[in-house]
Amino acid sequence: MATRHSRSAARIMMAPAVILLLGWMLVPLTMTLWFSFRKFLPLRGGDLGWAGLENYVRFVSSSSFWPSVQATLTIVGGVLVVTVILGVLLALLLDQPMWGQGMVRVLVIAPFFVMPTVSALVWKNMFMDPVNGILAHIWKFFGATPVEWLSQASMQSIILIVSWQWLPFATLILLTAVQSLDREQLEAAEMDGAPSLKRFWFIILPHLSRAITVVILIQTIFLLSIFAEIFVTTQGSFGTKTLTYLIFQRVLESQNVGLGSAGGVYAIILANIVALFLMRIVGRSLDA
Amino acid sequence: MYLRNVLGAASALSLIALGSADAENLVIATVNNGDMVRMQGLTDDFTSKTGHTVEWVTLEENVLRQRVTTDISTKGGAFDIMTIGMYETPIWAKNGWLVALDDLSAGYDADDILPAMRGGLSYDGTLFAAPFYGESSMIMYRTDLMANAGLSMPDAPTWEFVADAARKMTDKDNDIYGICLRGKAGWGENMAFITATSNAFGARWFDENWAPQFDSDAWSTTLNFYLDLLGDAGPPGASTNGFNENLSLFQQGKCGMWIDATVAASFVTNPKDSTVADKVGFALAPDTGLGRRSNWLWAWALAIPAGTQKESAAREFIEWATSKEYIELVASKEGWANVPPGARTSLYENPNYKDIPFARMTLESILSADPLNPTVEPVPYVGVQFVAIPEFAGIATEVGQEFSAALAGQQTAAEALDKAQALTADAMEAAGY
Amino acid sequence: MARAVTSRRKALNTMIAWAVGLVIFFPILWTILTSFKSEAQAISDPPLFLFFDWTIENYGVVQDRSDYMRYLWNSVIIAGGSTLLGVVVAVPAAWSMAFVPSKRTKDILLWMLSTKMLPAVGVLYPIYLLFIELGLLDTRTGLVIVLMLINLPIIVWMLYTYFKEIPVDILEAARMDGATLRGEILHVLMPMAVPGIASTILLSLILAWNEAFWTLNLTAAKAGPLTAFIASYSSPEGLFFAKLSAASTMAIAPILILGWFSQKQLVRGLTFGAVK
Repeated sequence: MATRHSRSAARIMMAPAVILLLGWMLVPLTMTLWFSFRKFLPLRGGDLGWAGLENYVRFVSSSSFWPSVQATLTIVGGVLVVTVILGVLLALLLDQPMWGQGMVRVLVIAPFFVMPTVSALVWKNMFMDPVNGILAHIWKFFGATPVEWLSQASMQSIILIVSWQWLPFATLILLTAVQSLDREQLEAAEMDGAPSLKRFWFIILPHLSRAITVVILIQTIFLLSIFAEIFVTTQGSFGTKTLTYLIFQRVLESQNVGLGSAGGVYAIILANIVALFLMRIVGRSLDA
Repeated sequence: MYLRNVLGAASALSLIALGSADAENLVIATVNNGDMVRMQGLTDDFTSKTGHTVEWVTLEENVLRQRVTTDISTKGGAFDIMTIGMYETPIWAKNGWLVALDDLSAGYDADDILPAMRGGLSYDGTLFAAPFYGESSMIMYRTDLMANAGLSMPDAPTWEFVADAARKMTDKDNDIYGICLRGKAGWGENMAFITATSNAFGARWFDENWAPQFDSDAWSTTLNFYLDLLGDAGPPGASTNGFNENLSLFQQGKCGMWIDATVAASFVTNPKDSTVADKVGFALAPDTGLGRRSNWLWAWALAIPAGTQKESAAREFIEWATSKEYIELVASKEGWANVPPGARTSLYENPNYKDIPFARMTLESILSADPLNPTVEPVPYVGVQFVAIPEFAGIATEVGQEFSAALAGQQTAAEALDKAQALTADAMEAAGY
Repeated sequence: MARAVTSRRKALNTMIAWAVGLVIFFPILWTILTSFKSEAQAISDPPLFLFFDWTIENYGVVQDRSDYMRYLWNSVIIAGGSTLLGVVVAVPAAWSMAFVPSKRTKDILLWMLSTKMLPAVGVLYPIYLLFIELGLLDTRTGLVIVLMLINLPIIVWMLYTYFKEIPVDILEAARMDGATLRGEILHVLMPMAVPGIASTILLSLILAWNEAFWTLNLTAAKAGPLTAFIASYSSPEGLFFAKLSAASTMAIAPILILGWFSQKQLVRGLTFGAVK
């Protein structure tokens, strides 16, 4: 169908994007790989020579390594679960007839426009502060002891903050999917007396599966590298040190670029494992 | 046309003011502390005196540190002047990254800089960063609460007295906590405080052979004492409180005592921000009778990265910002209580400054800190609340996270110390000690 | 009868939806409210909701300390520039992927997305050195390029999914009529693709506006956008909630307003091919 002419034209049209991204990937990647085999300590005079596999061994043998992988996966998983479940519910709600629908949508999507740094600062200082935070006031109002959010429930707090930011995104994608639902089929099911839970399970959810996959894919890409939320709130304490944050500590706080670069290579490997897993699912649903 | 005339006139004027010197535009990286923000507001004075203009990059402390360290170690040249601390100065100077500040003009009177500050900001006897303000740490306490508890604070209390007073002052039902201390993880946050405290308890980071000492009894005593005290008499969420959080708690009247930077004294006594401004007393940081007190020594200082094209203009700025005249300028605009403290001897001899309630205690605290002999037992390092080696910031932040987790009740003191010992040993080995 | 039920149901929906919407929006609302309080009132116990002495002094203080317009202008240039450049590069790529698919199209698409997973911190030093070498440090050009590269995969993907929904028959018909490739794109494809491109631009603007790692670490005095502006308010000494709120409100207001005006576009457009 496609002529040879259009094929080569297509290739030319694709070239700029592919070349740019290839460069963006290869140049830093090569440099990271190079540094990861060097003893590179900026504060001790820079590149101090060949280090072999030492950086790689040291990075994984650190007691922080496995907990950081676990923390990364917990945050990604937690946020995905929260945003997908609440996103589906919200999308269904927003699809219902109501007064002021546009305004409600505006309220719901607003968090998406807030910079991660700002949202982390606001949550940390004005909501989760155990003395002056709104949540502490609410707890006290009901006679409960305020929760020390960022230390006692650090993981949950971070998941809450990140979910708040990403819920609008999930909701928007799911909402477009809900809106494209076949009304007649739904009404027919209602006529047949199918209870709403059944209708949800057998008609709505399968229809949304594709949108859910897309939400999972896109969010995972962003969530694997979240940084600002942790930097502003816990700085990696209380079990919230993700792999990205661990690398940050090695590169910038310990000023060990070689070690951090080795960590970067591990992070790429982890991301690719997650990606491979995801692409399998998404790739299939993209074909459908 | 009119605009061009005005501009022409303005530049002609500035040329006259300047004589022949070229007007430069300086880029200065600084931390967002109150004194620096005030300096930004006074930049016009510098510009009118020298013709040089200034662009500020004001960042939160952690961001600033990561930003300037990246830039200086890659010779990026993004900044003409950097605001750095006592920890960075000797390390960077050793690497040849800073311009020596040895031939400052006579009017500047470099000998007036407090010896402790001068020593901490020098490498091999040469000054590499000029102190904008210096600090030690001391006790700030509520005189009214102390009286209510039937106690009176001596000028130089022991930890035993402080702990007892803290427990007596605590009234959790009314949101009054006997003592507020740093708990937020970070080498410049909880570890600055805990390390300084450990000095009073006879602990040290390393022995003479650079072997980590977290398995010592002295460290165990220090950490347990700190955890017990904050557990009984500290505010909720202490494990996420740093300097700023505690400052705001104290200003709201929620702390009985607060042991922290001497510069905080001017904030807690400022009636504009503080609800307890007229009820604050000061005392030296506590000891345990072993010969060392729990106070630290720190300075925020201005340094010039080697290789800048604008060295002479940068020098002029540093001389302006850390001069006696600058102190007088601030005093004339904001009052003597708000001048940058702790840098110059002459300030403490100034009759106008002697009336400031916290002046004497600040000076005594600074004078009692000795970065060269910080601990009871001998150590191979320099620094009171830090160890001036490049690896320290990274190690101490991780150790701080373990201690912070212990404070939050997620592990015991013994577990935290075990981990601290292991990770310090590992990092020191990686660094080749 | 049926009508009464619907309208009662509508009222119930409205109530629930507004309640949920307000809860989600509350942190932003609270930030905006706090920005108009004095520092003392910002931490008053119990919290003051609407009845406090409204003041705009915080905005004055923030403006005095940092020149808001300069940061805003940098944000506009950087977010706008990177988005425009990204779309220019992405449209042809997405077009060819959608209309001349080959066996490798999907692989290329997924590979592009995977480049986003490289942890930024790990490559800070390499990129910083590169920027020094190329003289791009603290320039808007440098940030435009980096943010364009960061968002390019998302832009390509989004456009690809829109283009794929355009029926190929129309293109065939145009080709039959002797339309050139250029004409095909300009007169047939573009008009149909405009809504998709518009929402892609929106998303890219939002992502670029909010990017806080590279924009902070590669700038100094000249090119710093609003993320750098915020970094100087994050934890100064003393009471700072009100000033922080004012700075936060200033930093998010432009993009929030843009988002509100274009929410219809976003609601319709953000599909990523999720709708068949």
